[in-house]
Amino acid sequence: MTPATAEPRSELATLLFGRLSLDSIPYHEPIILVTFAVAALAGISVLTWITRARAWGWLWRDWFCSIDHKKIGVMYMILGFVMLLRGFADAIMMRAQQAMAFGDAAGYLPPHHYDQIFTAHGVIMIFFVAMPFVTGLMNYVVPLQIGARDVAFPFLNNFSFWMTTAGAALVMASLFIGEFATTGWLAFPPLSGADYSPGVGVDYYIWALQIAGVGTLLSGINLLVTIVKMRAPGMGLMQMPVFTWTALCTNVLIVAAFPVLTAVLLLLGLDRTIGTNFFTNDFGGNPMMYVNMIWIWGHPEVYILILPLFGVFSEVVSTFSGKRLFGYTSMVYATVVITILSYLVWLHHFFTMGSGASVNSFFGITTMIISIPTGAKLFNWLFTMYRGRIRFELPMLWMMGFMFTFVVGGMTGVLLAVPPADFVLHNSLFLIAHFHNVIIGGVVFGVFAAISYWFPKVFGFKLDVFWGKVSFWCWQIGFLFAFMPLYVLGLMGVTRRVSHFEDMSLQPFFVVAAFGAVLIGCGILATLVQFYVSYQRREQLRDFTGDPWDGRTLEWATSSPPPDYNFAFTPRVHDIDAWWDMKRGGYVRPTSGFIAIHMPKGTAAGVILAGISAVVGFALIWHIWWLAVTGFVSLVGFAIFHTFNLKRDFHIPADEVTRVEDARTRALAAIGA
Amino acid sequence: MSAHHSTMVAEGADRWLVREELHAQPGTMLGFWLYLMSDCLIFACLFAMYGVVGGNYAAGPSPKDLFELPLVAVNTAMLLFSSITYGFAMIEMQRRRVNATIGWLAVTGLFGLAFLGIELYEFHHLIHEGAGPQRSAFLSAFFTLVGTHGLHVSFGIVWLVTLIVQLKRWGLTDGTRRRLACLSMFWHFLDLIWIGVFTYVYLMGVLR
Repeated sequence: MTPATAEPRSELATLLFGRLSLDSIPYHEPIILVTFAVAALAGISVLTWITRARAWGWLWRDWFCSIDHKKIGVMYMILGFVMLLRGFADAIMMRAQQAMAFGDAAGYLPPHHYDQIFTAHGVIMIFFVAMPFVTGLMNYVVPLQIGARDVAFPFLNNFSFWMTTAGAALVMASLFIGEFATTGWLAFPPLSGADYSPGVGVDYYIWALQIAGVGTLLSGINLLVTIVKMRAPGMGLMQMPVFTWTALCTNVLIVAAFPVLTAVLLLLGLDRTIGTNFFTNDFGGNPMMYVNMIWIWGHPEVYILILPLFGVFSEVVSTFSGKRLFGYTSMVYATVVITILSYLVWLHHFFTMGSGASVNSFFGITTMIISIPTGAKLFNWLFTMYRGRIRFELPMLWMMGFMFTFVVGGMTGVLLAVPPADFVLHNSLFLIAHFHNVIIGGVVFGVFAAISYWFPKVFGFKLDVFWGKVSFWCWQIGFLFAFMPLYVLGLMGVTRRVSHFEDMSLQPFFVVAAFGAVLIGCGILATLVQFYVSYQRREQLRDFTGDPWDGRTLEWATSSPPPDYNFAFTPRVHDIDAWWDMKRGGYVRPTSGFIAIHMPKGTAAGVILAGISAVVGFALIWHIWWLAVTGFVSLVGFAIFHTFNLKRDFHIPADEVTRVEDARTRALAAIGA
Repeated sequence: MSAHHSTMVAEGADRWLVREELHAQPGTMLGFWLYLMSDCLIFACLFAMYGVVGGNYAAGPSPKDLFELPLVAVNTAMLLFSSITYGFAMIEMQRRRVNATIGWLAVTGLFGLAFLGIELYEFHHLIHEGAGPQRSAFLSAFFTLVGTHGLHVSFGIVWLVTLIVQLKRWGLTDGTRRRLACLSMFWHFLDLIWIGVFTYVYLMGVLR
């Protein structure tokens, strides 16, 4: 392309920089250049703002090094939001391209760039938007719901967050240094092998996911142990709030699924880096093994995402119906059954790959069976609302939107579970419409329900209702406009991942879909406005009670925002709706007799370890071997060094606890509570 | 429900709250078990990979041509002995004898190093013969499975040395005892994986 590439590269340059050279910077692509300029400008202004506010020390001590599960939860949510903007930018670019590129018009994206965009969109939305949102919610809410002061391994929690962030940073780096994978979000070989994807794109994919995967696995173990070992006295398994139950099942899935992803990406990485033959076409390789293994992780993954949101909806519907959740036990069993079944359906992602009628029937039937416990949940929510005193607050709005949208997605899912139907619809836009239907309708609406539900707990003031409603309706209507046309197109046989069409009669559908994407964009914008407006109006929206919705579970028993130690005294639990029980049972908040509280201490080790991991990942992507080895050795060295640090906890003195609790006593007295 | 429980605690406030400091149950062992099970799944995938492509020699050498069972038997013995000696270290830990614990840990480490040495010799020998991991899918799967196990053992030895240093510095505290117990589980776990490798890869490989 450029004259520079024609010159042979010196051995020294290769030794020092591996595959990295000035040509790796895509400065000849105006779209990326503009994106870079905008991102750099935004980055610089944020950094300047922090510097001018002299907030670095505070940010570093109180947030980056914090091992407080609440702060880590908030940081996960922020990461999810930032990456949502990136993932949505990819989405709107795809929609625009597909609305334009018909017949003689080539659109504005060359195929190579388009392929990177749809890959990045999928990877980012699943791994760096949905996962951080889900993990963030669990991190924040679970310890509060079970009456604990933190998670079981607070340092590990901080480390997990930074590993996830390091993975996200690598994906972002691929935008400006080199390229991202062009293979689709699961990078099937042989396309993702060294022969057909010789560039760094797939390596970015592999190492970003490996590093983030460590974080996810460790946070899964952490939350599992937290839920099993740290529940307040009296809270048996069948007294846990439903959100905690779904979190338990999700973390079981994480621990049992993510190692498979680690293994399969390791094998693909070996194929690409040292030339093994696991998934190659020759020398005895077997690409189908990759497809099998990645979906053995991939299908549980979609339940990892949706289960906690099922929990959110359960909390929301009982709170805003003013009733105990209908069918608690059946809800728990439905969750557990889904957890188990999610391992028995992976083959439905490739019915067309020739497993034969018997195998396809088995997996078709197991897939359809999943709709039974899911349907049971839907009915439980409906019966909870039945004869309830429903308050249509924002979380409830998202809940209703979810029920409406998710049912449609579930039904098209059952349709796709029929192998003969799947032979027609496989790889078509019908499939795209289906999974966006369940992921937007389920996960995204659930996350927004959760944010509007728990926001007052986290920050002490409610979110602005008007802008929340704008956001909701933009999302709900935008979703219908964006994805209903895709169902139609899919039924007509239009395949996914196409950047240019010959058939002009399809164009109106894509234009409508693009309009829908713009509406969704307005929804995202409205949410950002909502945050801003709510912050401006925070004094009017302030909640001093700590229990703005007349809640039922323990997180509402403490102040908003909760003190560092969550609860001055650990609650005793006698009922599923523990806080409801306390309120009805004549609980009186103690105002004296506070004792010192044992807490874990913040540390920079997580940031440092994850930072080194990102450097090692970058070096491995670009084959800068000296840096990879040095980085790895320092990673192990620093980890060992950290094990010599025994100053990991401290006591919050009783005076301090008294001071905090007295302030709350005064605040409560001021509003006459 | 609440009416039923109200008889259990008489005092008003204490029905709802724990007034004294509540010590959470230690979760490290459970957490470490969960980690081990997740690691076990990684090995399960590598075994599955070997099971599927282990017969794909691509006109290259087969296990029968390559494996020398006597060498593997010695190697296996090294690892099994190291597990026994780690067991002795744990017994000494229970008896609160720091130096004996350190001594057995050192013996364990030496057995581990012997195991690694023999494995590296075997790998070197195979690659020298042209039977490297790139030769066929069978050899890719073989090197990855056995190599991943070997990497775990290397990591275990680094950890073991770290613990010896910490034992010398701090003695048998709650912390070091907990760490010794974790490494113990890790070490025995690797033994278990090796039994699988020995049987499934080496013995059955030579039989097939």
